[in-house]
Amino acid sequence: MATSTLPRGWRAAGRYGLLTAVAVVVLFPIWVMVVGAFKPFGDVLQDPLLPTSVTLETLRTAWRDGNLGRALVNSTIVSLIVTMAQLVTSVLSAYAFAFLRFPGRTFAFGVFLATLLVPFEATVVVNRSTIQDLDWLNSFQGLAAPFLATAFGTFLLRQVFLQLPKDLREAARMDGLGHLGFMREVAVPLARPSLGALALFGFLSSWNQYLWPTVISTDDDWNTVQSGLRTLSQAQIDKPNLVIAGTVIVALPIFLVLLVFQRQLVRGLTAGAVKG
Amino acid sequence: MPIVADVQLRNLSKVFDGVTAVDDVSLDIGDHDFMILLGPSGCGKSTLLRMIAGLEDPTTGDVSIGGTRVNDVEPKQRDVAMVFQSYALYPHKTVQANIEFPLKVRGVAKPERAEQARSAAATLGLTEYLGRKPGQLSGGQRQRVALARAIVRRPAVFCMDEPLSNLDAKLRGETRAELVALHDRLDSTFVYVTHDQVEAMTMGSHVAVMSRGRIEQVGSPQEVYARPASVFVAQFIGTPPMNVLPPGTVEPTEWLVGVRPEHVVVDPDGDVDATVTLVEHLGHEALVHLLVGEAAVVSRVDAAASLPATGDAVRLAMPPAHRHRFDPSTTRRVDP
Repeated sequence: MATSTLPRGWRAAGRYGLLTAVAVVVLFPIWVMVVGAFKPFGDVLQDPLLPTSVTLETLRTAWRDGNLGRALVNSTIVSLIVTMAQLVTSVLSAYAFAFLRFPGRTFAFGVFLATLLVPFEATVVVNRSTIQDLDWLNSFQGLAAPFLATAFGTFLLRQVFLQLPKDLREAARMDGLGHLGFMREVAVPLARPSLGALALFGFLSSWNQYLWPTVISTDDDWNTVQSGLRTLSQAQIDKPNLVIAGTVIVALPIFLVLLVFQRQLVRGLTAGAVKG
Repeated sequence: MPIVADVQLRNLSKVFDGVTAVDDVSLDIGDHDFMILLGPSGCGKSTLLRMIAGLEDPTTGDVSIGGTRVNDVEPKQRDVAMVFQSYALYPHKTVQANIEFPLKVRGVAKPERAEQARSAAATLGLTEYLGRKPGQLSGGQRQRVALARAIVRRPAVFCMDEPLSNLDAKLRGETRAELVALHDRLDSTFVYVTHDQVEAMTMGSHVAVMSRGRIEQVGSPQEVYARPASVFVAQFIGTPPMNVLPPGTVEPTEWLVGVRPEHVVVDPDGDVDATVTLVEHLGHEALVHLLVGEAAVVSRVDAAASLPATGDAVRLAMPPAHRHRFDPSTTRRVDP
């Protein structure tokens, strides 16, 4: 096997150089966004990468004109509904696929997984028609309904449940637990890191939904953050950094959520991958 | 409250996808018995235990506990506790919560179950570990937590599936003695699965030796050792195993003749010719490997005795009182 002849310090420098380059690529758009959000409207096209002047006025205008306060509340409510529902439906279905024996189990799980292959855009028209028939346009239930269950969550948690030792299930049976008891007392607590990761994914994907809120809300009061940004961009084309400021505002809650739960997220993603 | 906890198995069989794991087993386990199910891997002993516990449904036959047929009774209602080979502790719960858990599921009030858990923990020397999680304990401590979780319910029957197999040799020896003491203290019946004959001989009041899904012999450890019912039992119990010589080698009969290594004596006045193939010194004793005709024979001798050398021609004495005769066609014991 060939071994590197470079001194250890050089190899470390190379590694850090590469990491720094990747970090610059990743952070560059965020830098542009933050600098733009704090610039007055007139200065945004001059030195767009440098914070030559700072004002909160752009952020205030974006907040007011985009009705972002209402959009943030809407997005928070919808994302919480979606997250909670996805956790519940994923736990129940994953448990069934992992622990219950019933005819057609493998086929049913295959069908579940196959839904991952259908892009959401392909179902938008029929979903909107259904929501309209239910008279759920401009409502929280209309915004949340198509996302209450997720095949990804079912798949993820099924894998986690399958890794639980068989003896644990049997010990629980001996102790007197049925399936619901075992799920509540043992399976779910042991799957907590993965549940945390799933909750974060669910929350993030719901928060970042653009297409569905756009087609389901006809009233600006039912805008979520992404459709609120669209309204902002259409209304204020002469102020290019207004949308940038709006983006900073709607990204802030997600940034905080990630900051608080990042350890949970990493643990969930690596659950089962590393011998514990 | 005295509980009658005898276990009766009647014509019990278990078939998995066409493979017979347990084949028409009938066995009586007496109240307060310490019954060892002993046999090699794959002989069906764990399956038999799991049918007693209710974790497997018999394909045919009946399981009765305390005189009641329990085939259709859920494990939690059988008054049976199980200790698993892997201990199967709940890793997210503390030792106290693990021990309390069976009581919690049964709706026992919190102060009462906490008290009972503390008492069970004290019995097994776990008091100082009550606040720890299983991941913070050694193998021996986890094993004791599993035992405490089993005894806290005061079940009529304890089922144990090779509970010592994950422990090192020293700890296994200590825990063997603790389990025997525990059995003496508790008012319960123990059914204990192992492939380790030392555990079987030192712990059990009775041993059921199993092979290929069937019970070869049931008896006290001394009985099974002294009067093996078949060639399989004779060779499975005892280290080194019993020498079994073909008909006509030792005596002019049609039977296979079995002799324990300690009863094969190198003696110039003996009546069997042999050649030494190997001498193994084990410190306190020595094993002399020999060939009698084409049959391999092992003799266990005192290390202090004068030992033959490899290649020596010697004579062996095998006292008739210590010979066991088996039918070559059935391999079953012929002697009464």
